[in-house]
Amino acid sequence: MTKQAKCANMVQLAGLLVLLAVSGWAQAEYKLNFQQPATKIAQNVYDLHVWMMYVCAFIFVVVFSVMFYSVLNHRKSSGRTPATFHESTKVEILWTIVPTIILLLMAWPVTSTLLEMRDSTNPDITIKATGYQWKWGYDYLKGEGEGIRFMSMMSTPQEQIHNQSPKGDHYLLEVDNHVVVPVGKKVRMLTTANDVIHAWFVPALAIKQDAIPGFIRDAAFRADREGIFRGQCAELCGKDHAYMPIVVEVVSQAKYTAWVADQQKKMAAAADDPSKVWTLPELVKRGETVYLANCVACHQANGKGLAPVFPPLDGSKIATGPKAGHIGIVVNGKTGTAMAAFGKQLSDADLAAVITYERNAWSNKTGELVQPNEIKAARQ
Amino acid sequence: MEATLPGHADTHGDGHHGHPPSGLMRWLTTTNHKDIGTMYLWFSFAMFMVGGVMALTIRAELFQPGLQIVEPERFNQMTTLHGLIMVFGAIMPTFVGFANWMIPMQIGAKDMAFGRMNNWSFWLLPPAATLLVASLFVPGGAAAAGWTLYAPLTVQQQGIGMDLTIFAVHILGMSSIMGSINIITTILNLRAPGMTLMKMPMFPWTWLITAYLIIAVMPVLAGAVTMILTDRHFGTSFFSAAGGGDPVLFQHVFWFFGHPEVYIIILPGFGVISQVIQAFSRKPLFGYASMVYATASIAILSFFVWAHHMYTTGMPVGGQLYFMYATMLIAIPTGVKVFNWIATMWRGALSFETPMLFALGFIVLFTLGGFSGLVLAMTPVDVQMQDTYYVVAHFHYVMVAGALFSAFAATYYWLPKWTGHMYDETMGKVHFWMSLVFFNMTFFVQHFLGLAGMPRRIPDYALQFTEFNQISTIGAFGFGLSQLLFLYNVITCIRGGPKAPAKPWDGAEGLEWDLPSPAPYHSWETQPTVK
Repeated sequence: MTKQAKCANMVQLAGLLVLLAVSGWAQAEYKLNFQQPATKIAQNVYDLHVWMMYVCAFIFVVVFSVMFYSVLNHRKSSGRTPATFHESTKVEILWTIVPTIILLLMAWPVTSTLLEMRDSTNPDITIKATGYQWKWGYDYLKGEGEGIRFMSMMSTPQEQIHNQSPKGDHYLLEVDNHVVVPVGKKVRMLTTANDVIHAWFVPALAIKQDAIPGFIRDAAFRADREGIFRGQCAELCGKDHAYMPIVVEVVSQAKYTAWVADQQKKMAAAADDPSKVWTLPELVKRGETVYLANCVACHQANGKGLAPVFPPLDGSKIATGPKAGHIGIVVNGKTGTAMAAFGKQLSDADLAAVITYERNAWSNKTGELVQPNEIKAARQ
Repeated sequence: MEATLPGHADTHGDGHHGHPPSGLMRWLTTTNHKDIGTMYLWFSFAMFMVGGVMALTIRAELFQPGLQIVEPERFNQMTTLHGLIMVFGAIMPTFVGFANWMIPMQIGAKDMAFGRMNNWSFWLLPPAATLLVASLFVPGGAAAAGWTLYAPLTVQQQGIGMDLTIFAVHILGMSSIMGSINIITTILNLRAPGMTLMKMPMFPWTWLITAYLIIAVMPVLAGAVTMILTDRHFGTSFFSAAGGGDPVLFQHVFWFFGHPEVYIIILPGFGVISQVIQAFSRKPLFGYASMVYATASIAILSFFVWAHHMYTTGMPVGGQLYFMYATMLIAIPTGVKVFNWIATMWRGALSFETPMLFALGFIVLFTLGGFSGLVLAMTPVDVQMQDTYYVVAHFHYVMVAGALFSAFAATYYWLPKWTGHMYDETMGKVHFWMSLVFFNMTFFVQHFLGLAGMPRRIPDYALQFTEFNQISTIGAFGFGLSQLLFLYNVITCIRGGPKAPAKPWDGAEGLEWDLPSPAPYHSWETQPTVK
């Protein structure tokens, strides 16, 4: 092939690659670093890591230049005789001391960032995050918004997960209820769990804290800009570990105050009238919604469960037998299994509704209903 | 030295009386270190294939967002068993196989100290592996809590899959402990006259140190999984707050085993690299004494750093600082070893046969893995990286491009001694380059996935992680297929090939090269004298 022809080929190839790069692959995500930080500490961590990368890259280049020089220039095939030296105390001391110094230089800025990170004193707002299998529950414990509590579940539909419909932009990173906090205020997150170890992880805030059942841990952040920051559970917690995301929405102070007022109104309205007597169709309709939000992950939409770990409800002795047993297991859970105590998570009306639904769905036809005050009594 | 006719290897059971067993009974009852070494190596290769299929299942599911191949519970079983099988069934037995084959020959001993215990150490492994694989098929499936088996998830898991795993872990631990007792006794008592410890080659040295680590920490793992078993079935609450226990206790006990465990995995590999680099540089190992002390320092330090796996569990900041500083310290003796290897090469007369290629790949890529380990040691940075794909990238760099590459180096280096034939050098080189390229394709991009925030142990992920996952999956399939080339080369070499001389590598040092190739069934029946 002539030189010109070779050249022409190269140009064509280059052109093709540029075309490819611009067209499809430009849309692709090839992010190489941490997410954009939203707190001063997250920015410190970002910078620390960049600095460490430079140090490691420098050491890598220096050390492996020496090795590659040797590979190229100390080959037997060039006819050389090998040297015979095999020790040098001086050199050993040098390459022990120099790395030690480099490590000491790294240790100082890292220590100061860590100390800042662990300071959760004097928060403006304290929020408890409780990990459940497989969702988060939030309690605003102190500060503006005190008393607000809600569950936060992934809102990505199952059809998207099972490839039956196209995936949305925030696939697996969207929830029904965001954790809303005001910008510029110090927020202390307390973490705990209801069942197994979970972890509350929001990269943009540089927070990752294990949520351990029976214990309380904490972490703190002060968001320095408004925005929506998404994270995920970061400790394997069972089958839907990938499906319990976290969404923190940082808003202006004014918006936060408005949100707090709105939440308090909603909670008051959602508190069901305790004296209401419910009809069977009302309970079944509400119960189906509660079932789809809370029970379907394990017991499945068709009530058949996933034997042997998640028992079927369709045709089960508990769902068709005495009401007391059914109420007991839903409210109190079953220790030693994945069946949580839903009495802690759901209201009396929701519990009454879902139990009624289970007793009248699929092939279960008990015709029985459970009133919210029966749940209230069972809790005593 | 034994005089043996080529092709008429002496296969007597003990060479002294009666009819030696043949066929299946030979392998079941052998007390010969070469036979047992061979069995360990074939067993571990089979486990690599099994663990590899699980890895490919994982990577296939992760090719695209959404669930395509397995449901989440099965996916978690795959990640758990992939880890357990690769760590306990593949990489650890590989190095025990090399220990069995090479330590007696290298120290001038005729066999390991305890032949029957050696046999038992091996034969415990297939039943343990069967338990692990069988656990996939019991109701409820296999353990699905990750190879780290954290409580309370492991206590909660229904079905006997978890209990079979606990049983398997006990058996595997027993095998390792017995093997280690054997190695220590052999090295301390059976060296040839004149071979002082400071004249012993690096491979037995690293194994001597590793064996002590194994004896120290395997019982700790046994304790941890036994506590899980009793919490599951016998009413204890070691890991349950409601009963007065603490889930984090499991993590402390597990990682007290777990951190020395990773040095158990790599130290014998370091020994192999020291020998291979020396041989193909045609120059003595630089700083032999430093290398011994550095290995011992790494081993001792490994006991003091376990909670760097637990930075986000909520320990006080003083604890985080201590573990961070202690972990950083390990970089120093490790760096000394890397520098010593390069100094061995410096002004040598290098050649680049397959063992040397793998050794050079090891030095570069293990160092890369060491850097990502150093980054993870920094607590504030670890807060972002813990339980993400950055950790997965780190440990695959040190365990695959580290330990596995050193195992390939060892195999190519010693195959002529074991079989009496040379392997196909071109195929060996192709195996190296394909492994190198596909390994990096699989795991380099995982650093970026971790930086971007992708958690571990998830079968499905958010859309921004797609492209790097696709590259990783393609790399994984390429890497897996490349290993078939290795298998073909080894089998072909065993069956025939150019005759190997006693010392096919002109720069190699060590007593094993004074024995013929293939090494006779009983070697060093008369011990050599070392000057």
